[in-house]
Amino acid sequence: MPGAPSRGGASQLPDCRLRKGPGISALTHRTIFEKSRVGRIGANLPECDVPHHEAAELVGEQNLRDRLPLPEVSELDVVRHFTYLSHRNYSIDGGFYPLGSCTMKYNPKVNEKTAALPGFAGLHPLQPESTAQGALALMYELQAMLAEICGMYTTTLQPSAGAHGELLAMMMVKAYHLERNEAYRDVVVIPDAAHGTNPASAARCNFKVKGVPGNLRGRTDLEALARALDGNVAAFMLTNPNTAGLFESDIRQICDMVHAAGALVYCDGANMNAMLGLTRPGDMGFDVMHFNLHKTFSTPHGGGGPGCGAVSVQRVLEPYLPTPHVTKTGEGKQAVYSLDTDRPLSVGRIHSYYGAFLLAVRAYTYIRSLGARGLREIGENAVINANYVRARLSDYYEVAFNNQICMHEVVLSASRQKQESGVRALDISKRLMDFGLHPPTNYFPLIVPEALMIEPTETESKQTLDEFIDAMIQIAKESREDPEIVKSAPHNTVVSRLDETYAVKNLDLRYEPIFHT
Amino acid sequence: MSYVSNTDTDRAEMFAEIGIQSFEELLAPIPEDMRFKGELNLPPVLSEHAVVRHLQALASRNLDLESNLSFLGAGIYDHFRPSVVGAMMSRGEFATAYTPYQPEMSQGMLQTIYEYQTMICALTAMDLSNASMYDAATGMAEAALMATHILNRTEIVVSSSVHPNYREVLATYLRWTGYSLVQVATSAGVTDVEALRHAVSERTAAVLFQHPNFFGSLEDIQGQVDVAHSVGALAVASVDPISLGLLKPPGEYGVDIAVGEGQALGNPMGFGGPLLGFFACKKQFLRAFPGRIVGATVDQEGRRGYTMTLRTREQDIRREKATSNICTNQALIALCATVYMAELGKTGMTQVADLCLQKSHYCLERLTTLSGIRQLFRDARFFKEFAVELPISVTLFNDRLLKHGIVGGLPLGEYYPEYPNGLLVCVTETKTREDIDCFVDAASKALR
Repeated sequence: MPGAPSRGGASQLPDCRLRKGPGISALTHRTIFEKSRVGRIGANLPECDVPHHEAAELVGEQNLRDRLPLPEVSELDVVRHFTYLSHRNYSIDGGFYPLGSCTMKYNPKVNEKTAALPGFAGLHPLQPESTAQGALALMYELQAMLAEICGMYTTTLQPSAGAHGELLAMMMVKAYHLERNEAYRDVVVIPDAAHGTNPASAARCNFKVKGVPGNLRGRTDLEALARALDGNVAAFMLTNPNTAGLFESDIRQICDMVHAAGALVYCDGANMNAMLGLTRPGDMGFDVMHFNLHKTFSTPHGGGGPGCGAVSVQRVLEPYLPTPHVTKTGEGKQAVYSLDTDRPLSVGRIHSYYGAFLLAVRAYTYIRSLGARGLREIGENAVINANYVRARLSDYYEVAFNNQICMHEVVLSASRQKQESGVRALDISKRLMDFGLHPPTNYFPLIVPEALMIEPTETESKQTLDEFIDAMIQIAKESREDPEIVKSAPHNTVVSRLDETYAVKNLDLRYEPIFHT
Repeated sequence: MSYVSNTDTDRAEMFAEIGIQSFEELLAPIPEDMRFKGELNLPPVLSEHAVVRHLQALASRNLDLESNLSFLGAGIYDHFRPSVVGAMMSRGEFATAYTPYQPEMSQGMLQTIYEYQTMICALTAMDLSNASMYDAATGMAEAALMATHILNRTEIVVSSSVHPNYREVLATYLRWTGYSLVQVATSAGVTDVEALRHAVSERTAAVLFQHPNFFGSLEDIQGQVDVAHSVGALAVASVDPISLGLLKPPGEYGVDIAVGEGQALGNPMGFGGPLLGFFACKKQFLRAFPGRIVGATVDQEGRRGYTMTLRTREQDIRREKATSNICTNQALIALCATVYMAELGKTGMTQVADLCLQKSHYCLERLTTLSGIRQLFRDARFFKEFAVELPISVTLFNDRLLKHGIVGGLPLGEYYPEYPNGLLVCVTETKTREDIDCFVDAASKALR
């Protein structure tokens, strides 16, 4: 068939000669397209109850399509197909996910219940504001709660992801300097260890990116920063705790230096989980930050999205927030909430409506379920859990930057293993799968060789951490005594190590046969 | 409630292992004057039962348009959502999964994205689809930026019949990246192709249009594609996925990049988010296109599997030289769309489109029997939505309808000042003949 890989064709049946039997239904294993049969339909649709005219008559023959190569399956086929696929997918509900910088904490089910309420899910963004006061009140309160949590003035919920929030912040920085006739500030300074979205977002706004290295203690090198800060710098973007999981202790001095140079300081809030209730970016001197509601505030990751990258600002940046912004007039029972579009200095709109509202409902439910005390418990336990993992693994793996106290995540390096037997961070990650555990983040931050970044989160129990730690210790042992078993892992997953090179060389980005029938 | 599992006993054991006596020792890296004292000023904590009641109270202050009669469209639609979609989307194995960077543990999600990509290509007749963008508006903006990079040109031309919010997002993205935006006027509610011809030049990177357009009207797609290509610019179309059950798809007109709003594919309206920006293009743009892509491959035993591929375009590898800054996409919403398209299939998608077509035409026919209401764009061909002109203030009309528990259409005047008494009416397949008759009846009373 055109487009199918030459090894393992499109409808390969599991080998039935095995005594154990294939274990999975061969039929279930195929793509939805291979299950299609002409004339089948899943949905139960109504008959047309109005006078029927030929489509060609209403829109013109030339505007109609002749073929539509979508599959034709029954509803039972749909349920079996996607249920089967769900069994081939790891998730937080299924197990531990120590992904550094991702904050894979438990996603409370009560949040799903509130987000599904018809009074939220069934709202149209353009319906009259008087008919959506509950929704606007929720957004207004969440804006205020997030501002309080980070120590800033107000918040916008419009960005759909952390990267989207970063982009918005870069736009606001530009607008701020433009307003002050300093449009010549066209450089953004970013640590080399920053997440890739930081320079990508800055570049999107036509900023030149200037990198600064970290020091041997894993933190921003103040001298390098001082050299980088000239009159052309618009902003310094920093993650705190940084991407090595370490708190930037000199942050007050950093913010002072950046401000003295006439620039603004942006906080990438991906690691906010470490700071909840313990410290606040606004108090450190940051001017603007983004949150990842899908990390810190427990909205589910959904296999890669949707997200919400809410952005909080100090008062000085409030005029530049995107339009519309949720405002309130009056108090208590007389309060009226509106979508304010009269914002002459706004950078503009960055989403077709108001952002991921149903994620805001989940985050709001979560914060109301936590209260101030609960938020602080998160910060404390996230930090305790990460330091526990660090303490127990420091004899087996090199802990980057000399095994200092970390915040909510710890960066290990597999360089010792690589040196001893060639076992790499990638191999250790794949071997963890054989223990039923998801690997940590690999090869990030870029400044640590063979990096394994572990963020347990506060919702994991000591027993789960011990199981992970024992597996990591076992793998360290295997790396010395039987490295091949680690290098050829995984052995126990539904597919073994996938050939990434083959994927690029034999591009197969859609199920080709349906386009040629 | 913090969902923390560990108890004081667990923590005591952990402190011993770490070598500390109390938690405060772990705060050493945070300067004393930066540690937050006291408690954050947040509303009081609520138990699960209380929080549900509180959210129910907030929800009850909203008029939910799934259970009330509404004729509001304009980009977000109250289409039928088969129950199987919600059932699959709420499975924790999908909802609480991470991005499938470790493919061996994420074959489920990866295969659904591959199937999603395939179905978007089938629907739009384009060669390639990515794994989604945030929404149609940012998808359109990214398409415009992609065109500027591919062609090394600095101007984008957009029709004024494209959704006003999409044009605002486009303007925002282009303004801060230093490109210029030219807006082309409409004539009789569709792009003025002659004006478009005069607006393009060798500086134009892309021509952007929408079909059906914001007014629900069908556009001269071939004409606009030809104008774009005549100056070597890319043709970018924003399309309604439900309309593609019937209408000729963008790929068949030679459109270079097709984007659109996938909310209509089984997703709740959700007060405008989360949404789903689908993004498809011609195969020659493979290396330039933004977003994640999933491809098929094999494992060590030759078994078929799926993995994220062509990652060198993305931000974590290329950083400031990436094709886009996008990282998170709309994975779960794309799953929703995939389940929807599988459930409806070829027959169902055609049937839903036909129902929208028939019912919207019936509604217009009945409305225009009312004295004073006329179709705003005489003889316009339309799908699902149409614009009418009212003899009275649109605000007054809608207020009167609301007293009957009906949400009327979108007042056009705030977006298009040239149509102060214009109303955009949407009729999806969820409206019965009785619903439409009831609307017309209420409209007739509102006009008196």
